[in-house]
Amino acid sequence: MSDLTRLSAADLAGALTSGEVSSVEATQAHLDRIAAVDGPVHAFLHVSSEEALATARAVDEARARREPLHPLAGVPIAVKDVVVTRGLPTTAGSRILEGWVPPYDATLVTKIKAAGLPILGKTNMDEFAMGSSTEHSGYGNTHNPWDLERIPGGSGGGSAAAVAAFEAPLAIGTDTGGSIRQPAAVTGTVGVKPTYGSVSRYGLIALASSLDQAGPVTRTVLDAALLHELIAGHDPHDSTSLTDPVGDYAAQARRGLAGDVKGMRVGVVKELSGEGYQPGVLARFEESLDLLREAGAEVVEVSCPHFEYALAAYYLILPAEASSNLAKFDGMRYGLRVEPDDGPVTAERVMAATRGQGFGDEVKRRIILGTYALSAGYYDAYYGSAQKVRTLIQRDFAAAFEKADVLVSPTAPTTAFKLGEKLDDPLAMYLNDVATIPVNLAGVPGMSVPSGLSDDGLPVGFQVIAPAREDARLYRVAGAVEALLEARWGGPILAQAPELEVRK
Amino acid sequence: MSDTLVEYDDAVARYDTVFGIEVHVELGTRTKMFDAAEQGFGADPNTQVTPVSLGLPGALPAVNGTAVEYAIRIGLALNCSIAESCRFARKNYFYPDVPKNFQTSQYDEPIAHDGWVDVELEDGTVFRIEIERAHMEEDAGKNTHVGGATGRIHGALYSLVDYNRAGVPLVEIVTKPVAGAGARAPEVARAYVQTLRDMFRALGVSEARMERGNVRADVNVSLRPSSGSPLGTRTETKNVNSFRSVERAVRYEISRQAAVLDAGQAVVQETRHWHEDTGHTTSGRIKSDAEDYRYFPEPDLLPIVPDPAWVEQIRANLPELPAARRRRLQVEWGYADAEMRDVVNAGAVELIEATVAAGAGAAAARKWWMGELARTAKEQGVELEELPVTPRQIGALQRLVDEGRLTDKLARQVLEGVLAGEGDPEEVVVARGLEVVSDDGPLLAAIDDALAAQPDVVAKIRGGNLGPVGAIIGAVMKATRGQADAARVRELVLERVQS
Repeated sequence: MSDLTRLSAADLAGALTSGEVSSVEATQAHLDRIAAVDGPVHAFLHVSSEEALATARAVDEARARREPLHPLAGVPIAVKDVVVTRGLPTTAGSRILEGWVPPYDATLVTKIKAAGLPILGKTNMDEFAMGSSTEHSGYGNTHNPWDLERIPGGSGGGSAAAVAAFEAPLAIGTDTGGSIRQPAAVTGTVGVKPTYGSVSRYGLIALASSLDQAGPVTRTVLDAALLHELIAGHDPHDSTSLTDPVGDYAAQARRGLAGDVKGMRVGVVKELSGEGYQPGVLARFEESLDLLREAGAEVVEVSCPHFEYALAAYYLILPAEASSNLAKFDGMRYGLRVEPDDGPVTAERVMAATRGQGFGDEVKRRIILGTYALSAGYYDAYYGSAQKVRTLIQRDFAAAFEKADVLVSPTAPTTAFKLGEKLDDPLAMYLNDVATIPVNLAGVPGMSVPSGLSDDGLPVGFQVIAPAREDARLYRVAGAVEALLEARWGGPILAQAPELEVRK
Repeated sequence: MSDTLVEYDDAVARYDTVFGIEVHVELGTRTKMFDAAEQGFGADPNTQVTPVSLGLPGALPAVNGTAVEYAIRIGLALNCSIAESCRFARKNYFYPDVPKNFQTSQYDEPIAHDGWVDVELEDGTVFRIEIERAHMEEDAGKNTHVGGATGRIHGALYSLVDYNRAGVPLVEIVTKPVAGAGARAPEVARAYVQTLRDMFRALGVSEARMERGNVRADVNVSLRPSSGSPLGTRTETKNVNSFRSVERAVRYEISRQAAVLDAGQAVVQETRHWHEDTGHTTSGRIKSDAEDYRYFPEPDLLPIVPDPAWVEQIRANLPELPAARRRRLQVEWGYADAEMRDVVNAGAVELIEATVAAGAGAAAARKWWMGELARTAKEQGVELEELPVTPRQIGALQRLVDEGRLTDKLARQVLEGVLAGEGDPEEVVVARGLEVVSDDGPLLAAIDDALAAQPDVVAKIRGGNLGPVGAIIGAVMKATRGQADAARVRELVLERVQS
């Protein structure tokens, strides 16, 4: 094997199964890659070499004993730092949790460990997943492997950059308004936000409980399907988790990869294009549509008139829930504890000092917004109205899915912007998620798959949206888009990415 | 600083009292409200916790189905409507004993609403209390303030938090404003809490031990010039945790508020603290609009939609409630109303029931518990059930009487031995040699001795004057140390003299 880090997870799993390579070799190759390139990329907040190699050894030994193994056993994975991992530091990108080592695993981590995937480490993110550029991390910026001067998207910039820079074949992200899909779009990777409730939220440090969902971050559609199957399923610890059996996503991905989209109705959401979208982004979107049409899909236009209120509703619901979810970070039980410089050391004053020092500006901004929105006298006007908009958006989706099997749009309106460019303009930052937010508000599944490079040579994402519980459709359509585009490009999009300078 | 008070009778003569009570009951489920952590009294601090009870990042709640069933039982027993669908909400406030800094509670959608319960006062008067709602929520942890003189937070050096109690399931029962009780308001308030305590136990939803804080009451009181006037400003006295204190707290607030109103001042809407030792309430925090809990529906939990068939099944399987049980037992036992009331007030219903089950007649059982034993308890200043004698022992004692083996007088001596820890009645009889002398032989010898000693008496009897027979019986009883059956002695004396 020339370079194990270039393999897809599916191919690496095949090589492991056949005995061509060992998990220790594969894991070490990725740890070496991290050591070589993560200095400038800074995708990881914590690298867990010893634990990863221990898991890899255990898998290799089990394989030698011919024990039954999960198909992905031995394939390394990176985990976003918002996911609680027993024994590994977990900060959610915030200084307020610096040094906290959780005593328990998130349900999806339990599944990953049970399946024998070595966890390479924890990836960088905007603090508490608030942001679209990973610039709000309490631990420094992550850089886009396509151009280190640019943002990797957010909040899950670390997971996307790690996968794009070949530091990991698989990663876990979380998506509250686009935090998996938008980073995927701007790094040329694949990201899936499953149906709300598909993957247990137990052990995800909550941002907005009614919107959060964990999902796969990968380089191929098939890899995303395999990882989704691994982490999905009902969890009694999460009351909002679905009881549905896990779908056969990999089979649907393979069907799509074989070009089978004939007769599928693909709805183009009128409101998710036009003004605010870069011409190069729109051009790549149209090309992908043409390919689907040529492959036999029926392309129709649908209208979702209430999407224009989605961003406003989102920025009431999210801060409201976040203001309550983040109340627990008070210096009383774990993480940072700051005592006031002068005056009495009372619980209230320690809480205030801890939160004042431990939270970054964006977090404080949203806590203040949310606290205000929930206040007596304002609740109906803000939180109540936002919930009504949410219902209207769900109805828009329901109507659109009468006319189409899946909906499509550009994932993000622009390619990766320069670090610092929008840091002082929250509204401009929020607009990055204009096309991804309606999906979270409705709880439906969405996916971003690479659709080429814009005029500036940076990756563009194609978003596929399916009805709730129909995640399988995402894999079929995105698989087709990937196969058709790669046939045109002559290889994966990341082959076009500039080589990162390797530290010897 | 002490409050100015108006003498109680004067206060209730000039003001109309309206009160309301919030009762919190800890449910006796094995695990917590939203969490697999076990719960129970007396565990070491912070040992009954999981990531959920500690509010660790990432942890999520999951509703305890048994707690929901218990809440529905309570709702049905209070004649409430059970909601077709209801939700939990978050009550947001920062306090170290609330690990998430919000309490998961029910706000605008309680599981049970609009009911009533009849409470019976000691004189038999029945007063109906309207129930506003009963809702589910989780308890907070327990703070211990160390280093201060008072055990309160002010002056403490540091505070410890025990999260064992955090997440314990609670049901909060809220009355509608209770008007019309007049001077008896304190008494009605006490009887209401007592009725609920008995009900929780009968329903099997809680041990309902006041001294362990299983049942806690917050008492709201307001006064108005007359029953036609609009409601006055109320105060809420928190954590009044014994029946007696409920009565005293209402009484105190009536006297205090009357004095405030008499002085032409306004009652301040506030939370007040109850002081068991002094029997006073003192001002706590001022309640105002500034207190904003920012309630919103708990997004981590689905609405609770109890299956109507399940609710009906719970209703059908509700155990007999205390009031109905008392009515049934009164009929079975044949007690007069006043007798039954005394039994209830003395807390003797269960004791008599068990004594009857042990074989005693209902009248005899009542005689023991309400007579000899009630006197003993009163002398010792303890509750009946705290006496060192069991209903089974009283049943056995009464059997000895019924079989003629003990006279009433002897039986009382045996009871004395039982209470002194000498064993079961049979054992005491043997040890003290107290059995009735039923063999005529020793009796006849004693009678003959007595007759020989009093020839004049024998002559009188033979002359047809039966009056002096008592003197002979007395002598025989004395000679047999009371172990003779007096009736039998009389028979034998007459036979002897007239033969």
